[in-house]
Amino acid sequence: MIEAAALTLRAGQRTLVEKLSWRAAAGECWCVIGRNGAGKSTLLRTLAGVRAADGGGVTLAGRALAAWPLPALARERAFLAQARSDAFAYRVIDTVLMARHPYHADRYWEGSDDHLAAQDALRALDVLELAQRDVRSLSGGERQRVAIAALLAQDTPLLLLDEPANALDLAHQVSVMRLLARLCRERRKAVVMVCHDLNLAHGVATHALLLMGEGAWQAGAVDEVMRPAILGRCLGHPIDTVAHGTRTIFIATES
Amino acid sequence: MKPSAGPRVRHRAIILTMAAVALCALLFSSLVGSVNLPLGELPSALADIILGKVSGMSATLLDLRLGRACAAFVTGAALALAGVMMQALLRNPLADPYVLGLSSGAAVGALAALLAGAALWVVDLGALGGAIGISLLLYLLARRDLGGKLRRDVAGDSGTLLLTGVILASACMALVTLMLSVAPESRLRGMVFWMIGDLSGASWRPLPWIALAGALLFAWRRARALNVMALHADAAATLGVDVAALRRSLFICSGLLTASAVSTAGSIGFVGLIVPHACRYAFGPDHRVLLPVSALAGGAFLVLADTLARTVLAPQQLPVGVLTSLVGVPVFLFQLHQLRVRPA
Repeated sequence: MIEAAALTLRAGQRTLVEKLSWRAAAGECWCVIGRNGAGKSTLLRTLAGVRAADGGGVTLAGRALAAWPLPALARERAFLAQARSDAFAYRVIDTVLMARHPYHADRYWEGSDDHLAAQDALRALDVLELAQRDVRSLSGGERQRVAIAALLAQDTPLLLLDEPANALDLAHQVSVMRLLARLCRERRKAVVMVCHDLNLAHGVATHALLLMGEGAWQAGAVDEVMRPAILGRCLGHPIDTVAHGTRTIFIATES
Repeated sequence: MKPSAGPRVRHRAIILTMAAVALCALLFSSLVGSVNLPLGELPSALADIILGKVSGMSATLLDLRLGRACAAFVTGAALALAGVMMQALLRNPLADPYVLGLSSGAAVGALAALLAGAALWVVDLGALGGAIGISLLLYLLARRDLGGKLRRDVAGDSGTLLLTGVILASACMALVTLMLSVAPESRLRGMVFWMIGDLSGASWRPLPWIALAGALLFAWRRARALNVMALHADAAATLGVDVAALRRSLFICSGLLTASAVSTAGSIGFVGLIVPHACRYAFGPDHRVLLPVSALAGGAFLVLADTLARTVLAPQQLPVGVLTSLVGVPVFLFQLHQLRVRPA
């Protein structure tokens, strides 16, 4: 699906990621883990094609990102940015309908198929009753769910999400993660997300990409890389695990 | 639920209604004045004008008034359309066509021509030259915001563009003040009137209509993409909109519209800010409706304001810029207040 070849990312003088060679296939759910400023968002933006690589390259379905026409690319990958600023009073339904833009830039008005897709997406995120509200009047968590709904309505094989669980309450954190896991499992989508909550990530991710700092990285299946020792080095704080039924719970060790 | 037909029909109805309102405004403006033209004589007078034999009283009156009303309409429409575009470009609902200093540039050009005692068409040309000159300067200085080295490197930030525009505008205003302070008494009045915005010298000219038609065509083609960009610049890039190209064309389009408007009638304030605002409050922020409706409403508003300007203290004519502010500000404040007290 998406592949990074010798991808290098820099921010000013700092090297964030050095020679990343990594690929995510359909049906895989990747979680990107790292400290603040480790380059998680930069990596995701580069994978989405809204930022140029500082070395190496990214290919999507075997074709370099820069070689994709923008509308075609928009039918292949969707990107959830970390923050949103709403300058105008669009209604919730409008923001989700706009995600259908890549499918018919030639139409002036949306068709009923778009309305159905938008309504399904809103329902999946439990925000259908907000459809007519002004986006600027929503709470942070509601706005986040509406943004994820827009991502669903875009209906792409690859989903890139920068902290999807941000601002969500506990129940919605769990339901959004379940939704993403189901999309991978049942509809063979590929998901790459940044997530700070190790337990939440561990519950849904099939793979993890750890940014260790100073350009180092480690990628692999969850069981291989989400281990206390490696995670502790990655996040800069000793981490322990506790078994709870069939689940593994990560906790930060008291120093 | 029937999802698709409802809003589309409603939007079409809004656009058609506004077109009817604009036509009525033009009609009203042609009939009213120091000498009223009876409605019954309108068809024959109109036929006379079309046939090119403007001889009778009615035909002469209609020719004068309709020419001026058309100039007012195209100016108002251009300003309102440029306002919507500028607000989308800067992603700031408080932007107006003059915020980037285009009108100040035009004022420098026009006032320099007036100071030199040049003919009227040189003044228009000076205004146009000033506006275009300042646009080019702005484009060079804020290239990064409008293009970006990478085609998709968007960032969605208009900080440089906005600040550069504001700084250039204040530099132009300094030049304007300088010219006003050295101008001889006899020319001062004309210069001040130009700055307030005045339609008394305006008549039928094809160029602003061509600019308006071109901009409307662009608006019609890109309205969807504009919606996506106004919602979120980053999301626009990932939704397949070439943001850099769209921003560039928006800048050029609104710049041309503003230049054509100021060279027709000087810098008329508030139309480009208030009309888009009022339309956005009334009909929502969807650019597919907002762009055509703002153009129609802006045109109608300026036609009515100009009719008032030439009748309210007749035979004395007021500069229309004064009236747009005097009428526009309270209407706008009232609407704003209504919106704030009514829960969303």
